[in-house]
Amino acid sequence: MAASAAVRSSMGLTFRLSRVMPDCNTCPLNRLKSCVSGAANVQRRGSFDSFRTINRNLQTSKGLYHSEEGSSNAEDPEDVVNVVYIDRSGKRIPVKAKVGDNVLYLAHKHGIDLEGACEASLACSTCQVYVSADHFDKLPEPEEREDDMLDMAPMLQENSRLGCQITLTRDLDGIELTLPKVTRNFYVDGHVPKPH
Amino acid sequence: LKVYMLLRNLSSAFSICSPKVCIVGSGPAGFYTAQHLIKARQDVEVDIYERLPVPFGLVRFGVAPDHPEVKNVINTFTLTARNSRCSFYGNVNVGKDVSIEELQQAYHAVVLSYGAEGNRRMGVPGEDLAGVYSAKDFVGWYNGLPSCQELSPDLNCETAVILGQGNVALDVARILLAPTDILKKTDITQPALEALVQSQVRRVLIVGRRGPMQVACTIKEFREMVNLPDTRPEMMADDFEGVKEALKDLPRPRKRLTELMMKTALEIPSEKEQERQSKASRVWAFRFLRSPIEILANPDNSRTVGIRLAVNRLEGSGDGARAVPTGEVEDVTCGLLISSIGYKSLPIDPSVPFDSHKAIVPNNMGRVQHTAGLYCSGWLKTGPTGVIATTMNNSFDTARSVVEDMESGTVDVSAARPGSQSISGLLEERGVKPVTFSNWEKIDSLEMSRGEASGKPREKLLTVEEMLQVARK
Repeated sequence: MAASAAVRSSMGLTFRLSRVMPDCNTCPLNRLKSCVSGAANVQRRGSFDSFRTINRNLQTSKGLYHSEEGSSNAEDPEDVVNVVYIDRSGKRIPVKAKVGDNVLYLAHKHGIDLEGACEASLACSTCQVYVSADHFDKLPEPEEREDDMLDMAPMLQENSRLGCQITLTRDLDGIELTLPKVTRNFYVDGHVPKPH
Repeated sequence: LKVYMLLRNLSSAFSICSPKVCIVGSGPAGFYTAQHLIKARQDVEVDIYERLPVPFGLVRFGVAPDHPEVKNVINTFTLTARNSRCSFYGNVNVGKDVSIEELQQAYHAVVLSYGAEGNRRMGVPGEDLAGVYSAKDFVGWYNGLPSCQELSPDLNCETAVILGQGNVALDVARILLAPTDILKKTDITQPALEALVQSQVRRVLIVGRRGPMQVACTIKEFREMVNLPDTRPEMMADDFEGVKEALKDLPRPRKRLTELMMKTALEIPSEKEQERQSKASRVWAFRFLRSPIEILANPDNSRTVGIRLAVNRLEGSGDGARAVPTGEVEDVTCGLLISSIGYKSLPIDPSVPFDSHKAIVPNNMGRVQHTAGLYCSGWLKTGPTGVIATTMNNSFDTARSVVEDMESGTVDVSAARPGSQSISGLLEERGVKPVTFSNWEKIDSLEMSRGEASGKPREKLLTVEEMLQVARK
């Protein structure tokens, strides 16, 4: 399942090279000048997913996936961010991620069924996740466009964020991201029934 | 006899029976249902039938040309279509070229995902005059839906009135008012672009029966109106009396939208914004508490010159508030009237249960009532509202029901079914040639390369004949 999802997502990545891209201006790594895809940092590769926007020279990502696995660079402990995804059935899936990883594409890489219909362009709400209380406030404030899209998400909660807008940093270590549960009786218009 | 029985048991133990599912409709509902089925069971094979030669339904024909990011979902659907266990059959009219019954015999399960191709009528005199269009047809026109290409709407008037305040109404308003310099870089059709360049429309009124707190649109689309270049808002302060007090009890999405509307209506804009507004050549406005009574015609009764509106008051509050006529009426001059009051599903076959009041196929979690092996997903299941995310959840839900039924034996997958083998035979006999996904990719390629020449993402083919011609090259 994870392998086929990884292949699916890596195949999908070849499409992502040719469509509307996310905005580096809002990325904390860009602001902090610690974007791992920058020229100065070619050696240290984070998740391919976090800089697919820049590396257009890459061949099919299938090839890249292999080169990542075969990388001779030792894992830098400073770079590791421990993440736990809680999938729609409640199962906990711990993932060892790296600083700079994008929560949506990290999920795809690990076969977690977090959809990203608009491919991180803030035009849908299918990547909604609930962020653990301890980490929610550590995230940068959502930009207005993210809030607008969140407003359309079914089962919106106080701790909802769009996964495609979360980039991992050291202080998010231990973050838990819960996918909204499947409710077989959801309301089609996202209407939240008033408690009674 | 014993040897015979042993051999029979062995052969059924080793026989591969792949469950075969047929999906009718290749829009988001069809594709998301297929995606979930293929992922949930490694043995399931899915065939998607589509009436047009081209897939993707409302993602191609409904989403506005200036919302290309929403269309990224096509990449996800393309992956599904290219899966070895998924096949696309375009140019097949289910209900005419092949019956639901024939599909039910050929497949273990049939999922109806054909959406809502009709529209709700206003039910007022003058509805069929020239100059009056449904939003569904207007959107189909500028998005290249073959059946809407003869619409040729007359844009030679100053004021356009749109009835309805949902996202479709706002899309229509935005396309009518957006600077054509922006539109010419989108996948809007060439004829529509030319018509809009010539358009005399300078003022668009977006009219709703109820008040600001009942609008069906969402904040993203309202904000796009506020930020639309070369336009200015003309909201009425009086419409927002009493609204501020009600804000605190509203759920977040409604609260944020209402706040933005209030701000647009009541706040004095910054100097910079005032300057921008004074230079704007086009105007948009929301008008509340108005219902259509009659569409007014010119002297020879050939086209519309205006609309007579009933003035309402609100009874109750929130989503359940009702519009009650006060007896007052108001006439508004306009040369273009677009009714955006909802799409509507149509029945496909007398054998399929249909609730004509709600215009949906009656179902329980996607399982069609009283009909084993028949399911529905998307707008046909829940009614014609919802964005991609809603339809996605809805379709996954139906797919779960199908899988559950396969696992419980409600859908008997132990006996093999012929699937597309028998349907292809029937179609051939009837002279119907399906369009495959690779055929579609030829159309796709051609559209994109034609678009390149004019700086557009694609230049859509506008007739079924052209599409078939290119598909079969």
